[in-house]
Amino acid sequence: MSKALPAQSLSQRDTHAWTESFWSLAMRRFMRHRLAVAGMVVFAAIAAMAVFAGVIAPGSPTAIDVAAFQAPPTSDHLLGTDSVGRDVLSRVIYASRVSLTVGVLAVAMYVIIGTMVGSIAGYAGGTVDLVLSRVMDVMLSFPPLIIILFAVSVFGKPSLWNVIIVLGLLGWPPVARLVRGQILALRQQEFVQAARAMGGSDARVVARHLLPNAMAPVLVAATFGTANAILVEAALSFLGMGVQPPTPSWGNILTDAQSLTVLERMPWLWVPPGFMILVSVLVINFVGDGLRDALDPSLKL
Amino acid sequence: MQRYLIRRVLITFPIMLGITVLSYAIMSLTPGDPVQMQISPTMTQADIEIKRAAFGLDRPAYVRYFAWLNELVHGNLGYSFSSGAPVTKRLAERVIPTLTLTVTALICSYIIAVPVGMISATRRYTWMDYVATLFAFLGISLPTFFLGLAGIYIFALRFRVLPVGGTMTLGGEGGILDLLHHLILPAGVLAVAGAGALTRYVRSSVLEVLGQDYVRTARAKGVSEPVVHRRHALRNALIPVVTLAGLQIPALLAGAVITEQVFEWPGMGRLTIEAINQRDYPVLMGITIITAVLVTVGNLLADVTYSLVDPRIRYE
Repeated sequence: MSKALPAQSLSQRDTHAWTESFWSLAMRRFMRHRLAVAGMVVFAAIAAMAVFAGVIAPGSPTAIDVAAFQAPPTSDHLLGTDSVGRDVLSRVIYASRVSLTVGVLAVAMYVIIGTMVGSIAGYAGGTVDLVLSRVMDVMLSFPPLIIILFAVSVFGKPSLWNVIIVLGLLGWPPVARLVRGQILALRQQEFVQAARAMGGSDARVVARHLLPNAMAPVLVAATFGTANAILVEAALSFLGMGVQPPTPSWGNILTDAQSLTVLERMPWLWVPPGFMILVSVLVINFVGDGLRDALDPSLKL
Repeated sequence: MQRYLIRRVLITFPIMLGITVLSYAIMSLTPGDPVQMQISPTMTQADIEIKRAAFGLDRPAYVRYFAWLNELVHGNLGYSFSSGAPVTKRLAERVIPTLTLTVTALICSYIIAVPVGMISATRRYTWMDYVATLFAFLGISLPTFFLGLAGIYIFALRFRVLPVGGTMTLGGEGGILDLLHHLILPAGVLAVAGAGALTRYVRSSVLEVLGQDYVRTARAKGVSEPVVHRRHALRNALIPVVTLAGLQIPALLAGAVITEQVFEWPGMGRLTIEAINQRDYPVLMGITIITAVLVTVGNLLADVTYSLVDPRIRYE
C-alpha cells in the first residue's frame, strides 16, 4: 500500500464499505461458478438427509431382519441387507450423520486452534514465532494418515469422538501457517498501525482488525478440510480404527467388502456407501473451488 | 545461494529431533502394553514383572526415550515386541515393496497428469478443460479403498484379467512380469489418486507461463501455437511441477497404507496396520521415523532442486 494514500480513505466508514463490497463481490463471483453452486445444492441435500435420517430411512439402521440376510435388493429392502440382515439403505442414510459430524466438528476444532496459534505466532513474532513455526514444521513432517492412525490407536477404544478429537488436535498446523502468513502481511499496513496508535490493545487489534481480513483463505482451507476429514474418517472406519459397528459409517460398511466373496456377490452392500463418500467429498471440493475463485483468485490449488 | 542451501540442510536436524520427540510422546500415552497381550493363565505376577523388565517397560518414558534415541543414533531401532526381530530387519523387508509401489505410482501419475493438465490449460474453458477438471476432482475425491475395491471387482473378479492382490502368483515362478502383473491395480489406484491434484498444478503452472512476456514475444515472432506450447510453455511450466514430486511423498505414503491393506501388498503400510493391532511400539516408532524422514528429505529435495533448476529464484 502506498504511503501517499489520503488519510480519509482509512476512516472506519470506508473500511466498512470496502468489506461489504468485498463479500458481495465474492458472492457474485461464487454464483457464477456453476459447479460450485450445483455442489452447494447437492451438499444441502446430503445435510438434509443427515438431519432427517429418522424420517427418510425406511427402518432402523441396526434392526436385524432374521428372514433376510445377505439379501439382494427387493421391495422390502431397496438396497438389500448386509451379512447380519440389516437394511443397507437405512444404514447408508444414517451414516451420513457420522460423516458430516466428523467433517464439521473436527474442522471447527482445528480451525479454532490453528487461528489462535497462527495469530499468536504472526503477531508476537520473534522467539514465540520461531518456536511455534518449528512445531508446525515437525507436525507437518508426518504423513497425515500414519500419524492419525497412531494417535487413534493410542487414544483407547476407537469411536466417533476419538476420530473427531484426533483430527481436531492434529489438523491445525496448515491453518496456523496460513493465518500466520496473513497476519505477517497485514501487520505492517497503515490501518493496523492506526488502530494501535489510537490505543487499541493487542487482543483488540488482532480480533477486530487482523483476523477479519485474514479469514477468507481460512474459509477456503476449512471447506477443503471438511472434504478431507470425511475421507479420513471413512478410511479409518474402513480399517476398523474409526466408528465401530453396529453404528453405521460409510467407511465401516465398506469393511465387509474386504472379503472377496462379499465383494463379488454383494455389490449392493459396498457400492452405495462408496458412491456416497465420493459424491459428498466431490461436492464439498467443488464448493471449495468456487470459494477460492471467489475470495482469492490468486490462490492456487 | 550456498548459504541458503547450508541453512536449509541444517534446519532439518532440529525437525528430525522434534519428529522423534513427538512420536515418542504419543507412543508413551498408549494404554495397554504388549506384555498384557501375552499374559497366559499360567503366568504369575513375578513372571509378568520379569517380562515387563525384559521389555524395559518398568522405566519411566523419558529414560526409555533417551535410551532409544542413543540406540537410534547407532543405527538400532530396537526389537519388535511381537516377533523379537530387530525393527530395522522388519522394516527392511517392507521398504522395497513400498518403494516399488509408490515410485511406480508417482511416475504413472506424472504420465497421466502432465498431458491432461497441459490440454486443460491450453484449451481453457473448452469441453476438454471441463473433462480434465472433472477427472482431477474425481482423483482428489475418490476414496482409495473404494477405488481399489472397485478395481478388484471389475478387473479381478468380473473380467479376471488381473490378480486380486499380493506380489506374486501362489505356487508360480514369480519373476518381473508376474510382479508387474500384480503391480498394475495397486499402482494404478495410487496413481489416479495422485494424478488428480497434480493435474491442477500442471494446469495452473502452464496458465501462469502462458501469461509471461517471453510467450508473447514468441507469438509475436510468428512461432506457431504448438511450438509455443511445447518449447516455451511446457518446459518452463514443468520446473515447479517436477520439484513437486518431493512434496507428493506424504500423500503417497498415506495412500500406500490403504492400498497395501486392500491389495495385501506386503509393504510398510500393511506393517503399520499389523503393528497397531499388535501394539508393537518399536515397529510403529520405526515406521514413524522412516516415513517422517522421507517426507523431510522430500521437502528438502523439492526446495533445493527448485532453487537449482530455476536461476530466477534468489535467496538472500
